[in-house]
Amino acid sequence: MATPAPRSDDDGETGGALAGLAWALRRDLKLAFRTRSELAVQLLFYAIVVTLFPLATTPERTLLSTMGPGVLWVAALLASLLSLPRIFALDQADGTLEQMALSPWPLPAIVSGKILAHWLTTGLPVVVLAPLAALQYGLDGMAIGVLVAGLALGTPILSLLGAIGAALTLGVRGAGGLVALLVLPLYVPVLIFGAGAVDAVRAGIAVDANLSLLGAGLIAAALGSPFAAAAAVRIALD
Amino acid sequence: MAINWYHYASPATFYPLAGRLAPWFAAIAALLAAAGLWIGFGLAPTDATQGEAYRIIYIHVPTAWMAMFVYLVMAFWSALALAFNTRLSAMMAQALAPTGALMAALALWTGAFWGRPTWGTYWAWDARMTSTLILLFLYLGVIALRSAIDDPRRADRACAVLTLVGAVNVPIIYFSVRWWNTLHQGASVSLTAAPKMASLMLSGMLVMSFAAWAWCIAAALWRVRAIILERERGSAWVGTLPGMRVVP
Repeated sequence: MATPAPRSDDDGETGGALAGLAWALRRDLKLAFRTRSELAVQLLFYAIVVTLFPLATTPERTLLSTMGPGVLWVAALLASLLSLPRIFALDQADGTLEQMALSPWPLPAIVSGKILAHWLTTGLPVVVLAPLAALQYGLDGMAIGVLVAGLALGTPILSLLGAIGAALTLGVRGAGGLVALLVLPLYVPVLIFGAGAVDAVRAGIAVDANLSLLGAGLIAAALGSPFAAAAAVRIALD
Repeated sequence: MAINWYHYASPATFYPLAGRLAPWFAAIAALLAAAGLWIGFGLAPTDATQGEAYRIIYIHVPTAWMAMFVYLVMAFWSALALAFNTRLSAMMAQALAPTGALMAALALWTGAFWGRPTWGTYWAWDARMTSTLILLFLYLGVIALRSAIDDPRRADRACAVLTLVGAVNVPIIYFSVRWWNTLHQGASVSLTAAPKMASLMLSGMLVMSFAAWAWCIAAALWRVRAIILERERGSAWVGTLPGMRVVP
């Protein structure tokens, strides 16, 4: 028998998938860490959008605390949208994406790793920053806790759905604007349940339904969208 | 007699079939629309609470139904296109998108005109209106993605993936928006409960729905013929059509 090639998936489908996921995750995290300023720019974008709303409307506290959850969530959606090209565009430009598609690891696993890295580098910072922004909007401790819980469950869904849009628009004319048109309608349920959870706790209603639905959405998106995104990547590479 | 469906899976054989069928569906649509409008505006009684303004439902409800249904049909053709890599399925999906977008836009437009006298506002952030608006955005997204990709085969498959992702999301969007706010009057027509409308109103609406259905089929068939001609313009069979010249 010939010596088994390195990186072969003869350790079984699951092992190969996990190895591919871990490899893509490590690689994208390392790349992101080396372009830290880009990540900081995206976080600043979130902070600035959040700052614009009181300036455009009113500094009045009661109104701000009513608008707050929605504004913080919309800003999270926009920040996620802004960072979507990070997932695939650079790798497609230098040909790495093609090598990934050719690798023996299943492409959905590699895509999952890239999506996870995208969330860790763009979604998680927003989750961490959100309490500060929530204080600016005069939300109380309980509401902030629910906001953070909702964002922690919801922003991974944004990365998962966004990856499909990012892959579909790879190398397409006007990809930046187009990806917004494709992805933002799909974000609507996340926005509703996420902002709704904070509204519910402010109104004194139980929030578990909203958070459970976000969790269910996260599970469904995590199971489905890597496959859709991988299919879209293959289409883009043809 | 068994029909060999595969025979019509080729654009070359479907093109003349679509040409034969489209005028029939257009004629059916015209007849049904004439009958439906006659029932709706001539025979059906004035609504006790909404007055004459309710008669816009003869346009509004059929277009709203078709906006949702056309998306399902588009998703069906997209799934076929992805699964079997058939060109004609993707062309059908492409042909349906503008029709569906038009239906969604008409449903919103007529809904606004109905809402003004009935609710006192053109737009309320009600669940069905909002989800129809998002459905319109989904249609426009598919159309925009199609026009942004030059290679038609890549556009076919990219749009098919997007349509299917959207199809999974449409019910989720609908229920999330409905959860978020429900101000719309309860559904007037449902399969389980007895209809709360006068039977003439109901039959007018159903006739109009079938008219909209036939019109959508006719429009999609005509559009798919144009798409076939555009995309097969280099092939020999197009050159044999009367008045055609093969582009080298």
